[in-house]
Amino acid sequence: MLSTRTREGRGQVGKIAAWESTGADWLGSGEFWNDAAGVGWQFHGGSETLKGILGKKVGMTQVFDEQDAAVPVTVIEAGPCWVIQVKTPEQDGYSAVQLGFEKVKPARLTRGQLGHLGQLKKSEQHPQRRVLADVPPLRYLREFRVKVGDLPQEGEQITAAVFDVGDRVDVVGTAKGRGFAGGIKRHNFKRQPKTHGQSDRHRAPGSAGATTGTARVFKGKRMPGRMGGHRVTSQNLEVVLVDPERNLLAVRGPVPGPRNGLVVIKPARKQKASRGGDEDDRSRS
Amino acid sequence: MDLIESLNRQLEKNPDIPDLNSGDTVRVHARIIEVDSKGKERERIQVFHGTVIRVRGKGAGANFTVRRIASHGIGVERTFPIHSPRIAKVEVTRRARVHRGNLYYLRDRRGKAARLKEKRVQ
Repeated sequence: MLSTRTREGRGQVGKIAAWESTGADWLGSGEFWNDAAGVGWQFHGGSETLKGILGKKVGMTQVFDEQDAAVPVTVIEAGPCWVIQVKTPEQDGYSAVQLGFEKVKPARLTRGQLGHLGQLKKSEQHPQRRVLADVPPLRYLREFRVKVGDLPQEGEQITAAVFDVGDRVDVVGTAKGRGFAGGIKRHNFKRQPKTHGQSDRHRAPGSAGATTGTARVFKGKRMPGRMGGHRVTSQNLEVVLVDPERNLLAVRGPVPGPRNGLVVIKPARKQKASRGGDEDDRSRS
Repeated sequence: MDLIESLNRQLEKNPDIPDLNSGDTVRVHARIIEVDSKGKERERIQVFHGTVIRVRGKGAGANFTVRRIASHGIGVERTFPIHSPRIAKVEVTRRARVHRGNLYYLRDRRGKAARLKEKRVQ
């Protein structure tokens, strides 16, 4: 869906036609212009309306679906989140919504954080302070790109109800840190023989390349090193359970990160157009 | 983990399945859904009668394995998830006194040697 808004005061306002023809909706949308003011490309990332939430991984279990098949699910304590800041192109150069999650003691936050969360009282010395009345002190802040248009109010509460059962979502988390890991764990290298005269070579990475000719090791050669502890996105997970009262969300399959780790849930970016083929994939004889 | 536990507790309310232990002789009423030649779905109940040789896991993923001797003395084992909606009910017909959690030794025995001593309960 390409934006149909036009930029006032610009000459040629166009759209990237190729995107339209491929129907690659998940790339996002944008506008292209080429005029006296220059050539530009404005990306409106994110969805039309805010659809995303922050959560905490609770753990995994299994449930039975309509076909009585056991489905592995990850339970996420999702929300409640509060809209802390709404960013607009006029003020910030892009549009986004900043959500806050997980109540903490005010003492755990700095004065700067408390001020941003609207926790400090307005006074004569501080007439500029913004106050968000119904927002508690929160630990995490994350941004979601949202197109201008249907922006929520600051201080608004977001619950797990933004998602429905059957939705496809991407879940972003921080992978468990594995420390300094060898090639077998880190890059799925094969182990070398345990016997036949091997000594101390069982889990060694093997050759790093040729000697003659190249006489060096290529860049990007997979080697032992730090593993995990980085951002990982699990794409296209199916939402199997939504319980806004208990702030619960369950998605099919595993989700990156440890239990109690922060996860960001948003609509799947590479969602396939539904062709009704999904049911066949899961049917059992 | 309390949320997972609360979810699991919601699951654990199948009154048709009594507490099972290794050595119990049970009749498992399993729901079988068949599609006939006309493409119509039909549900029937099949009874699997045998000895529980193991009970494993807890919460939503718990299961138990039942061993029975089919025709021609062929041993058949079937593992059921305890919370599966495909189990209509389980009847315990006999409880035996066993000294092990997993009765894998029954696989090497046949006939009289594979008997278990009955537990006397008041």
